[in-house]
Amino acid sequence: MSEWLSQSSLDAIAAERSKYPPEQARSALLAALRIAQEEHGYLPEPLIEHVAAILGVPAIQAFEVATFYTMYDLQPVGRHQFCVCGSVSCFLNGSDEILAHLQERLGIGIGETTADGLFTIKEVECLGACKDAPMMQLGDRYIEDLTPQKLDDLIAQLRKEAEQ
Amino acid sequence: MTTETYVNGVTLRNRGLPDSHRLQVYQDTGGYQALRKVLLEGMTPEQIINEMKTSALRGRGGAGFPTGLKWSFMPKGVTGRKYLLCNADEGEPGTCKDRDIMRYEPHRLIEGMIIGAYAMGARAGYIFIRGEFIEPIRIVEAALAEAYAAGLLGEKILGTDFSFDLYVHRGAGAYICGEETALMEALEGKKGQPRFKPPFPASYGLYGQPTTINNVETFASVPDIITRGGQWFLDLGKPNNGGTKIFSVTGHVRRPGNFEVPMGTPFAELLEMAGGLRPGRKLKAVIPGGTSTAMVAGAQMMEVTMDYDSISKAGSALGAGSVIIIDDSVCIVKVVERIARFYMHESCGQCTPCREGMGWLWRVMHRIENGQGRESDLELLQNVGSRIEGRTICALADGGVAPVTSSLRLFPDEYLHHVRHKTCLVGADAARRVA
Ligand SMILES: Cc1cc2nc3c(=O)[nH]c(=O)nc-3n(C[C@H](O)[C@H](O)[C@H](O)COP(=O)(O)O)c2cc1C
Ligand code: SF4
Ligand code: FES
Repeated sequence: MSEWLSQSSLDAIAAERSKYPPEQARSALLAALRIAQEEHGYLPEPLIEHVAAILGVPAIQAFEVATFYTMYDLQPVGRHQFCVCGSVSCFLNGSDEILAHLQERLGIGIGETTADGLFTIKEVECLGACKDAPMMQLGDRYIEDLTPQKLDDLIAQLRKEAEQ
Repeated sequence: MTTETYVNGVTLRNRGLPDSHRLQVYQDTGGYQALRKVLLEGMTPEQIINEMKTSALRGRGGAGFPTGLKWSFMPKGVTGRKYLLCNADEGEPGTCKDRDIMRYEPHRLIEGMIIGAYAMGARAGYIFIRGEFIEPIRIVEAALAEAYAAGLLGEKILGTDFSFDLYVHRGAGAYICGEETALMEALEGKKGQPRFKPPFPASYGLYGQPTTINNVETFASVPDIITRGGQWFLDLGKPNNGGTKIFSVTGHVRRPGNFEVPMGTPFAELLEMAGGLRPGRKLKAVIPGGTSTAMVAGAQMMEVTMDYDSISKAGSALGAGSVIIIDDSVCIVKVVERIARFYMHESCGQCTPCREGMGWLWRVMHRIENGQGRESDLELLQNVGSRIEGRTICALADGGVAPVTSSLRLFPDEYLHHVRHKTCLVGADAARRVA
């Protein structure tokens, strides 16, 4: 255990570290930041510094990675992030309507989080599931062939889970 | 050998089987026979590379470089580490085939990589999978564990002197990491920004060591080429365009999906496999190889066969085989504006013509689409495009220009209507999903 990360996160980082040659600790940065974010929800600055220290690389290298890639959240985000693909194959199949529906239902705009901290809407670029358009990523899952009805059901279900 | 036989017959052959991702199922259907042939029947690295050359397999990641030739560039007899990488960063709009290979046929990819590692003398390899692909990552990691447990990876594979370690490296969100040298930077734990070439990866790749990188589908084609021979694979397709290829057919079709067909299959047949157009619609345009390739007019596309040569004769490129179908219900300007946004978002920013140019193209497209364009904007788009092409470190920028300039050439009337009448020529926002 460290001040920031549980033993299981530290073990996971060590396992990632072992994939790369001994002198290439930096290679494990992407994975280590992801693991830290999975535990903490997002990456505040001290956590990024902490991850760099665990791997023994300069903090600046960790900041470079954390700010370059889109999957790192530097600010707190909603518990459920609807990452709707707006690239061309999804667009041709109505992703704009899906996004409009989500915004209306949740009462927030793209890039915003609901007041209860439950939902964030993001519009993202191609997620590599274009044949299943329109689609979005929600946590570990891809949700495909989206319709307004599917979204309504999903929102209701996630709200119910949150109440329990 | 009819088309019938070899639809979905190579890299997605097991897709329909239950648990096709499991080692047992793969081995029951002939999996790892190619590796046994190589290691236990004493095929030499030269023989493997010759089969690859005979097969005329060309890289399935987009550039179409002959795989056998690429493999022959790896220095022989050097001491020190050599690396083998798999590009599973799949992110160009319209491209969704590698995800299915990884979900349904991970062992075919792994077997192809082990054979490649043996042929090129690599001792370690990484499969770089985009970070959003959680499901494929889990499946590939489980398949690697199965392969290690069965003695197919690690020390002394199948009891021979050959050893090879293979790992998954997850990306973290950035299309540019699909560019091979950016991918290497990302693997080294840096920002994914492409390197200048030369030096090429075969001499200076991952950690500065000799490295070969191939696409998922490329590697997944290898086992069958080894078991059945390069000539067999070549004969599935056309000369110079060997084998089968997965085409991801998306957009305005009734049954979008991945269809693995022989090279040279008529586009019209492929369209039919994808269920054809929606009722009452006409084919307006096709982007045959992913958004980085030029648009082709619908009527012309109906005459094309799906292979490198035929598509390039039609003024575009086969790319990654990502066939985006656009019918007459949508305004081309709006489609291209959306595509331009992608390139603006994804430019890594290190070359000025790309960093500035991608944003500029999008802004001009955006104002035309929103009725604020001027007639001179059409020329401006051409000019900006021609000042970007060929002036950047990597091919992202050229890929961002292609849809703009090709659509301007094919559909000038739609652009002109926008700037003159401040509206779409095509019915109001007809891009809606049809049930
Ligand atoms: C901007 C850009 C993005 C690319 N994205 C991918 C990708 O996601 N997957 C891929 O296999 N190749 C991609 N490529 C092509 C790779 O640079 C490289 O040519 C390929 O991985 C080589 O493998 P192959 O010979 O088997 O096709 C991309 C190229 C560029 C310029
Ligand atoms: S062309 Fe664009 S994406 Fe490629 S290296 Fe230059 S700035 Fe980066
Ligand atoms: S365009 Fe939406 S997943 Fe590719």
